[in-house]
Amino acid sequence: MAVELVFEKKPRFIAAINDSLLMIKRSCTHILRNSDQLLGAFFQPIMFLVLFATVFGGAVSKALPPGVSYLDFLMAGIIVQTVAFGSTTTAIAVCNDLQKGIVDRFRSLPMNNLAVLNGHVISDLLRNSISTTVMLVTGLVIGFRSSASVLDWLCITGILLLFTLSFSWLAAIVGVFAKSVEAVQWLTFVIIFPLTFASTAFVPAEGMNRVLKAFAVNQPITHVVETVRALILGKPVGDQAWLAIVWCVGILVVAMPLAAWLFRRKTSQ
Amino acid sequence: MPHTDWAIEAKNLTKSYGSVEVLKGISLRVERGTMLALLGPNGAGKTTTVRILSTLLKFDGGTATIEGYDVQSAADDVRSVIGLTGQSAAVDELLTGRENLVMMGRLYRLTKASATARAEELLGEFDLVKAADRPAKTYSGGMRRRLDLAVSLIATPPVIFLDEPTTGLDPRSRLAMWEIIKKLMAAGTTILLTTQYLEEADQLADKIVVIDGGKVIAEGTAAELKSKVGKDRLELTFSNAKMLDQAVKVLGNRVADSSDKALSVTIVIQDNNEDIRTTLEVLAAAKLNISEMAIHKPTLDDVFLSLTGKQKSDVSQRIKETK
Repeated sequence: MAVELVFEKKPRFIAAINDSLLMIKRSCTHILRNSDQLLGAFFQPIMFLVLFATVFGGAVSKALPPGVSYLDFLMAGIIVQTVAFGSTTTAIAVCNDLQKGIVDRFRSLPMNNLAVLNGHVISDLLRNSISTTVMLVTGLVIGFRSSASVLDWLCITGILLLFTLSFSWLAAIVGVFAKSVEAVQWLTFVIIFPLTFASTAFVPAEGMNRVLKAFAVNQPITHVVETVRALILGKPVGDQAWLAIVWCVGILVVAMPLAAWLFRRKTSQ
Repeated sequence: MPHTDWAIEAKNLTKSYGSVEVLKGISLRVERGTMLALLGPNGAGKTTTVRILSTLLKFDGGTATIEGYDVQSAADDVRSVIGLTGQSAAVDELLTGRENLVMMGRLYRLTKASATARAEELLGEFDLVKAADRPAKTYSGGMRRRLDLAVSLIATPPVIFLDEPTTGLDPRSRLAMWEIIKKLMAAGTTILLTTQYLEEADQLADKIVVIDGGKVIAEGTAAELKSKVGKDRLELTFSNAKMLDQAVKVLGNRVADSSDKALSVTIVIQDNNEDIRTTLEVLAAAKLNISEMAIHKPTLDDVFLSLTGKQKSDVSQRIKETK
């Protein structure tokens, strides 16, 4: 053997973090190398933003508080919607790994198995940051203006990161359950579509019927949208911020261990 | 490292999925530095056995140790001494060959410098230098298998599982893979190979365990297994049914098998060539013209068929189809 092999002797916990870092690097490389997906992350938000703003703008603006343009109102909703739909990618990535046998390879190595999930979930933050930045720039180009301060923007970033994390862990569960990538798309369609559209992401809740409104104003996506929107428009956030944080943390606390447990169970049968 | 003579030892492994018993008590032992081939048709339990021994799968009963480490209670120790290649493992398709190697090396807990240097070395050994910086999804089947094997060797583990490493490869890639496997054996690696190709087991393995229906049905060296089936056989084909009938009469109780359809008769050859000569003379004296003649050495195919009692097992079927 020409090459002398040197093994690292690190405590278990540090080694596990190292494994996760390697998996994050892997998943980020996937995102940057998968040109179709990257184009999607780039152009889908632009499409949505421009279409919604121009198609719904005229009709919805009458229902908005005076002085608020639909574009400024829409921005929070479309960012949250993009993040929610983006979590599908985590589900697809997890499902793909399980289908293609690479997880077996990882499991035959002396590594921390959950690093694979960590990798996909954390790399989702990268992709969502790209999408959100693209969207904000596009918004600015077509007339979006915000009175938010730097501190407000930091809060917006924080809440969006928390929201992305919680939805990506939910998506990881879907990815573990689904038997194929098509099934992932179908499952997320059934979960994410109603959640985003039956919310105040695109229209105010006032015009909705009673049942729909009761659902819309009490679900996490609305709380996140309302928090981000209030910060963008320079309005008081009220209880929305706390509700949003409680929901996201709640989802995380349940979804993380559940995804980990399901993943371990699925891969050791 | 706990010391034992056996690099791989499994005793009475059982595994069921619901009411389906996949393994019904598999026992096998592999001496350090040798290769054992696990031979059997599709669904015999080969991959299940490998998955259990490589810590991927829980099992219901029995014990298994790798280099003395128990696969259940010391799974992480086992993982640090094994490499796994084949249908139950894979490479990352979006990463390049080099990135795959370095990443897996790091996951084996190699230092960055070691992983990088070892990756370079393996790329050279496995003839992947030119393709090193291309994503693995652009690789041909043979290249992908080579990368897959290289990945499992990144930390030079003393025990390697090769799960059907040549299934689906073209003949040239298969020979290339055999050469690589032979080199590994020469370096003293302990190997457990699963295959449905009898020739592969015959060519490479020190010892063969034949499994079918989740049970071990025979084990030994290739020569031992062949001697169980018996001696060389002579198959004579005649031009018409009348001649065949006469030949069967002339040869009497020496006929081991005859086929009206193929117009052929098979006899077991006794110890020397003299036997063939006298047989031919007897037939010539009876004025029977032989249109075709063939000597069959017992193959592992015969071994397999006689052991499993299957006339057309998946294996022979497959081999016939590929011919």
